[in-house]
Amino acid sequence: MIQAQKLSKVFPATKKTKEVRAVNAISFECKPGQIYGLLGANGAGKTTTLRILATILEPTSGTAKVAGYDIVEEPEKVRENVGFLSTSTALYDRLTARELVEYFGRLHGMDGDALHKSVETLFAALDMNGFRDRRCEKLSTGMKQKVSIARTLVHDPPVMIFDEPTMGLDVMAARAIARFIRQCRERGKTVIFSTHVMSEATKLCDRIGIIHGGNILEEGTLEELRARHATQDLEDIFVKVVGDEQ
Amino acid sequence: MSLRNIGVVYRKELVDSLRDRRTVISMFVIPILLFPALSVGLGLLGASMMNKAKEEIPRVMIVGGQDSPRIVEALKKSDKFQIVPESPDFETQITDRKIRVAVVIPPGFDAAANQGEAGKVLVDYYEGDIKSELTQDTVREFLSDYRGELARSLLSARNVPKGLMRPFEVSKNNVAPPEKVGGSGVGGMVPYFVIILAFTGAMYPAMDLTAGEKERGTMETILTSPVSRTDLVLGKFFTVVTASLATAILALTSMGISFMLAKSTIDKALAKGEPGFHFALDPRGVLAVFVMILPLSVLFSAAMLAVSLFAKSFREAQTYISPLTFVVIMPAIVALLPGVELNTRTALVPILSTTLVGKELMAGNHPWGFIALIFASSCIYASIAIGAAVTMFNRESVLFRS
Repeated sequence: MIQAQKLSKVFPATKKTKEVRAVNAISFECKPGQIYGLLGANGAGKTTTLRILATILEPTSGTAKVAGYDIVEEPEKVRENVGFLSTSTALYDRLTARELVEYFGRLHGMDGDALHKSVETLFAALDMNGFRDRRCEKLSTGMKQKVSIARTLVHDPPVMIFDEPTMGLDVMAARAIARFIRQCRERGKTVIFSTHVMSEATKLCDRIGIIHGGNILEEGTLEELRARHATQDLEDIFVKVVGDEQ
Repeated sequence: MSLRNIGVVYRKELVDSLRDRRTVISMFVIPILLFPALSVGLGLLGASMMNKAKEEIPRVMIVGGQDSPRIVEALKKSDKFQIVPESPDFETQITDRKIRVAVVIPPGFDAAANQGEAGKVLVDYYEGDIKSELTQDTVREFLSDYRGELARSLLSARNVPKGLMRPFEVSKNNVAPPEKVGGSGVGGMVPYFVIILAFTGAMYPAMDLTAGEKERGTMETILTSPVSRTDLVLGKFFTVVTASLATAILALTSMGISFMLAKSTIDKALAKGEPGFHFALDPRGVLAVFVMILPLSVLFSAAMLAVSLFAKSFREAQTYISPLTFVVIMPAIVALLPGVELNTRTALVPILSTTLVGKELMAGNHPWGFIALIFASSCIYASIAIGAAVTMFNRESVLFRS
């Protein structure tokens, strides 16, 4: 479960940049067994929102509860219960696939048999045994993706956060990620993911929040959005919502 | 803070670093091969150059002296130099290195010397040219002996007893044991080398584990783990300290072995009768130097972590860290200058104090008061640096600087 309550993030002015209000008092809720899509253009505030939920960034005001823990009060507890995957979460090139997944397992407090069992299960499920002892720098994009997925799942978190997970990937790799996101939902996990690809949001999301300029301008199931804006096409809905705002 | 988590991060960072070719070069190849090769190689080269300079029979020109055959003959008879015919451009010949020195004899020298009214014999040489300087020493020594002999024969002709001419003899005698001689000579350089190596050893991993991680995109990955940022930075910090100390220990061990192996060669290369090459170091002194280096190594590691953490990329980190090299080298060089001694003021200057106390320790002296003061002050500076690194790692404006 994720419950965001008036989350805001302001990046203060620097010598080179003005103050940026990246996220502006947004509130939303994602339930277990559901996929919540944060749909927005570049610079809309998607990454900042997800980084705040993953406690990589602190909110300027407001808070959120992730898996029952407050992101401001108990950030370490939150991270124990979250799997975070984005295109900017790279792998350690000089570690092998197995070493990397084991390392993240240990960082999540796992050891001994529990860790071994989790790693073996994941490697078998994701068909990774063929390259388990190969260093990450020698892996193909698809293999790296599997390692990243195994890294986020090693501690079996109840909440999954994906920040534009298919950006820059080819069709096959993007489909694999989409399949993985669906599997997370089937296993009853709470899933939130950000994208600017309309087709992806259409196929995957149970609920969609359209974010623009740090504000959630529209929210609901795909059907609700279609009914509200009298059009079937999500792109038209998006342009209407964002365009109205602009 | 969790020791378990710090240990997990430390082990991973160590494995990761040891698989990085650049870290391996800076941690193993440079200290084990390059530094000994440079220091021993330069020592051998220096000794052989010195030897060659001494073996050469230098060309010396006598200017004037046509009316003073006695001194001219004496000079010509010496087998320490080769007399060349007089030429009016002798000064140019010296600066062109065609001759090493010229001995200018004033007119009527022999006759005047007999009356005890001799003028000044001038030895022209090229200052800064080692061969000319060495020849100038030899010629002056020769002329000094010649003057003594002449004085003795003149006084003897006046019936003055010869013994009065040399009422006493002077000779020198070293009372310092070989360890102390070594400690003040080659050993005095040991703390300097160890400090520089402790710095360079920490440099690469400090940049790689911070700015390098940001550049490669793994910083965000690691921040998603539940391990606290303090544990993360401490795990990285201990890795950097390990690299720093390992570099210094490996370099010193390798240098020690190389010097032992090269000792006989260097001794042979040096001319006979010279003081020789002292490398009798007190192992306890070396150990004590390492103990004093510990807080300094911690200071270097933490400071470099904090600085390179601020950088967005490895290249930017290099821009920040490179000038720091001078900050380390300068106090170490100042400590090697004559007259710079350990006192309450210098004991509080980081790096300088450790080099100075290191010199004392290598010479077998143990100024306990200063040792305690320097260790304590270095520990305080190191703690401040660790605090700065931890603070930097907890600031998202630093971690996500763009």
